[in-house]
Amino acid sequence: MLDFSFISPDDRGRIAAPGHIRPRVVLTAVGGSDLAGRRQRVNSGTSADPVPAQMTRLLAALAETHDQADFIRLFEYYAPRIKTYLRRLGADDATAEELAQEAMLTVWRKAGFFDPAKASAGTWIFAIARNLRIDRLRRERRPELDPDDPALVPDPETPPDDALAAGQRERTIRAAVATLPPEQAEVIALSFYEDTPHSEISTRLGIPLGTVKSRLRLAMNRIRAALGDGPTPMEDLR
Amino acid sequence: MSATFHPPEELLLAYAAGSLEEASALLVACHLTLCPACRRLAGQAEAVGGSLLEELAPASLSDGALAAVLGRLGPVSATARPAVRQAPARPQPPRPGLLPRPLRDYVGADSAALPWKRLPGGLEQVPVVTRTDARARLYRIAPGMGVPEHSHGGLEMTLVLAGGFSDGHGHYGPGDVAVMADGGIHRPVADAGDPCLCLAVTTAPLRLTGLIGRLFNPFLDL
Repeated sequence: MLDFSFISPDDRGRIAAPGHIRPRVVLTAVGGSDLAGRRQRVNSGTSADPVPAQMTRLLAALAETHDQADFIRLFEYYAPRIKTYLRRLGADDATAEELAQEAMLTVWRKAGFFDPAKASAGTWIFAIARNLRIDRLRRERRPELDPDDPALVPDPETPPDDALAAGQRERTIRAAVATLPPEQAEVIALSFYEDTPHSEISTRLGIPLGTVKSRLRLAMNRIRAALGDGPTPMEDLR
Repeated sequence: MSATFHPPEELLLAYAAGSLEEASALLVACHLTLCPACRRLAGQAEAVGGSLLEELAPASLSDGALAAVLGRLGPVSATARPAVRQAPARPQPPRPGLLPRPLRDYVGADSAALPWKRLPGGLEQVPVVTRTDARARLYRIAPGMGVPEHSHGGLEMTLVLAGGFSDGHGHYGPGDVAVMADGGIHRPVADAGDPCLCLAVTTAPLRLTGLIGRLFNPFLDL
């Protein structure tokens, strides 16, 4: 697991919960022993069936069933993490809480758009939280790719990673991220948890901008290598 | 068909992370529409975001947060996509001349109908995103005409949408992104034949160089 402790020591004291301990969420609105049993299984995610994979199946099921019990399990897992994400990006506690709830409402409303062949639940929900933050906190529009755009240049007939199912792909990415060298993990984490250009990451870490960029590229190349992709043929900016 | 010049990879990462300002994000989203290779990279970066989210320590929510949300659960979106999931659509060739959707959301589908502002030298422009940190503009360059030589204090990225241009670094066609970093100087010249339509993003004011550039400077509004 990555250590994000360098990001915001102040926040850590206020919001951190150790490891993967589940947040306390009031469950008075629903009941039933079946739900409790299923929650227990989610809690004890094994390496064979880790929690994120279970969440992806739950979200896909939610799209079909609109079952509140499925939604509650997604809420319990993701809402507290979305709140942490927004706090890391500078939102105050009340705003982070409000937007985390709003993000989960969007998950409920848009579940029909979730396609487990394309993304995991975590990635899909991350994009919702990210876009909500840009809209509400930065008050900017988020220009978003439309996969059904008639102007889209389609993927090659057989994408190289077709052999890897989406779930396997996400597991591979997760494992690659977790084993990045610390200096690469640091710039990757700052890229996602700082609403600042890479130049400010450079200032903050006291390393040249070129070093920030090369660490980011090295990190992404490692992740791609784990997926069986080669390094990017991107031309160097400088 | 595929682009040969791409935005810097760290920009794709910043787009996926949500830290890119709006003008650059618009250009990246348009490039992703036209470039399957970068779409793949951006998708991988987004998946990194997803896995980082799941690794975060959960914050405690207020009492009653779940009940409040459950109380607000309305109807689900009627536009679910079961058809897409059952039978993945055959890839269709993109419709020629159609602007990428992210740009259509800003300026509409018909670029000819936009309020083009004529500049000297066969150049026309329309502002698309005007913010203090970065600006995005559409440019239309008449066939064979050149943009006055200019240099950059920040980053300039130019995405070709139709036609093409050359600037001494290479030839850029639809989907290609020409990137000029600090201090770079270039003088793009549009291909003969059709006008060149491109989306340009500047993250700091340009400095025009050369006598012609200095003369044009007041008009260019760059």
